[in-house]
Amino acid sequence: MIATRVMPCLLLKGQGLVKTVRFSQPKYLGDPRNAVKIFNEREVDELVLLDITATSEKRAPQFKLIEEIVSEAFMPVAYGGGLRTLDDIKRVLSLGVEKAVVCTQAIENPAFVEEAARQFGSSTICVCMDVKRRLLGRYEVFSRSGQRGSGTDPVTFAKRVEALGAGELIVNSIDRDGTMGGYDIELLRSVAAAVDLPVIACGGAGSLKDLAHAVHDAHVSAVAAGSLFVFQGRHRAVLINFPSTLELRQALNQ
Amino acid sequence: MITIVDYGMGNLGSIRNMLARIGVPSIISSEAHALSTASAIILPGVGAFDRAMENLDERGLLPVLNDRVLGAKVPVLGICLGMQLFALDSEEGTRPGLGWIDAHVVRFSFPADGVRRRLPHMGWNSVLVRKQSDILDDRYEDSRYYFVHNYHVRCRTTEDILAATEYGGVEFHSAVLKANIMGTQFHPEKSHKYGMRLLSGFARLTAGATG
Repeated sequence: MIATRVMPCLLLKGQGLVKTVRFSQPKYLGDPRNAVKIFNEREVDELVLLDITATSEKRAPQFKLIEEIVSEAFMPVAYGGGLRTLDDIKRVLSLGVEKAVVCTQAIENPAFVEEAARQFGSSTICVCMDVKRRLLGRYEVFSRSGQRGSGTDPVTFAKRVEALGAGELIVNSIDRDGTMGGYDIELLRSVAAAVDLPVIACGGAGSLKDLAHAVHDAHVSAVAAGSLFVFQGRHRAVLINFPSTLELRQALNQ
Repeated sequence: MITIVDYGMGNLGSIRNMLARIGVPSIISSEAHALSTASAIILPGVGAFDRAMENLDERGLLPVLNDRVLGAKVPVLGICLGMQLFALDSEEGTRPGLGWIDAHVVRFSFPADGVRRRLPHMGWNSVLVRKQSDILDDRYEDSRYYFVHNYHVRCRTTEDILAATEYGGVEFHSAVLKANIMGTQFHPEKSHKYGMRLLSGFARLTAGATG
């Protein structure tokens, strides 16, 4: 048993699974149902599933597809993308999703987080903050898949969503996304130190060492990764993979 | 037929999905008449204690639940908040619980040693099985179960404790079993083959029950 949760972060674009680099150049990986089936067999701790174009296309979640994906997953699944109403959340939960991930709405309509946490319980509401480093090294939280700056720094934002009742926080570095060059430890450390809620590191993991780095040096509760679990080798051949418990235990020193 | 009680508290889809995977028929219902013919009941639940008791009350489910569980003695499995409702009361609210188990629900109270513990207790943890049963055992070294909660059950009767779990220096009762009444603080439906094994065990009890 490993205390730190390690979770693949899967991106949906249309019906397909994709992986981005710095939130662009989505590369098609395959059918999400097949990927989830493999992750289920590997007994992953948890899955994060994000529909990256639902908000920009102004559409609702793909409920049918979510249902098909979740029925292959006997671990907690956190879903985000296009959740705009309490009813949207209720519906994805009824399909077997464990946690609703709110991103754009948490910035543009904070009351939504509060209402959702009250109705569904804090532990069901996970906020995902996409963070970009601006000139002069200042960090800023972005909405709409990294398209719109909020003017808010990550620590202020984290404290705000904690006060609103969010139960968990994914801290996603736009600059590191898909680069496999390691997490932004400085960013993660500052956020994890500022709030009591569990912080999930995301964006940049390229090796198991990077996971350990985030756990031991930034004190995050969980680590998420995309490229690491869907690519193999220098040329990024698509291969859904997940380390064994033993490998994780050794890597995380737990 | 296992009836999964739908009373507006959390996700039922994953329980149905896992039961379907192990070939156990189930229905999701919020109707008293569906419960009155159930051969087994699963009471799930995510959310607040008072809200859950209110919802059961408003839907008119309290009499039929008491009748089936205490009268007809059909097997019942409470999951997460569902198990907490079995207790007498909860520090989270003011309403009385179902009172099926001699227990209180309390908030995590960590030792004052300066070490920071995060709440909710969210993630995978192991269980120490305290008594023999057909639904939970610790024969498997790597068994792990998925937890998400701020409050936990504290049994007052030792015989009711099926398993205990440690988090942040606090040992709490992570599963209870008293005759036909069982509950798990963790989510078997989210706990891979370990949870599947538990639900299979529960389904076998069901097969032996009248109802």
